[in-house]
Amino acid sequence: MARALIFAPKTAARGDVIEIRTLIAHPMESGQRSDGQGGLVARDILRKLECRYDGVLVFSAELFAAIAANPLVSFNTVATASGTISITWSGDNGFAQTESVMLTVS
Amino acid sequence: MQAAIAAFVGNAPLRDGRVAFGIAPLVDNGNAVPMTVRVDSPMTEAEHVRSIALFNELNPNTEMAVFHLGPRCGRAVVSTRVRLATSQRLVALAKMNDGTCWQHAVDVIVTLAACIES
Repeated sequence: MARALIFAPKTAARGDVIEIRTLIAHPMESGQRSDGQGGLVARDILRKLECRYDGVLVFSAELFAAIAANPLVSFNTVATASGTISITWSGDNGFAQTESVMLTVS
Repeated sequence: MQAAIAAFVGNAPLRDGRVAFGIAPLVDNGNAVPMTVRVDSPMTEAEHVRSIALFNELNPNTEMAVFHLGPRCGRAVVSTRVRLATSQRLVALAKMNDGTCWQHAVDVIVTLAACIES
């Protein structure tokens, strides 16, 4: 399991636009680097990030080798109701990880 | 880059404007370059941004990222950190729900490039 962080407010007023910042520890190996023996280091990147708010997909991103190591992605969403915001990262070599945070909407 | 843009845009009209690509014009370290894309849109059910794509000219891969948004995003602002192989032109494109596409191109100078390996 990679270390992943989700920065989001714990509480919000209904209708507020909140910023969600996500960070995950991942090398994002581009597949372009030399391994020092005449070959290339195999590509190992995250290809997709999905944000679900109470199970509904609100934002997703397709990532490519041009995204820096330890990908940071930030976006916004409208606080509609109290619930869970879950982020799923998936990528090469069967990588898949989901982290969640609770949001209380008043 | 033109082919990648054409594939993203399709037959839709492509115009300059509405998109603001925020990135430092002079980049010290190409391994992690912070950038933000803002699109001028009310983000309502009737009028919102469907996707934002980032393309480059001279990296080994033309695509950098594609973001899919919707009315529940509230605000069409996304940020991330990218790798840049060399000084080049970058383009951010936004596709709206009415099918129109908008773009903003920026030129950046990179002093320490990503992808330099002996």
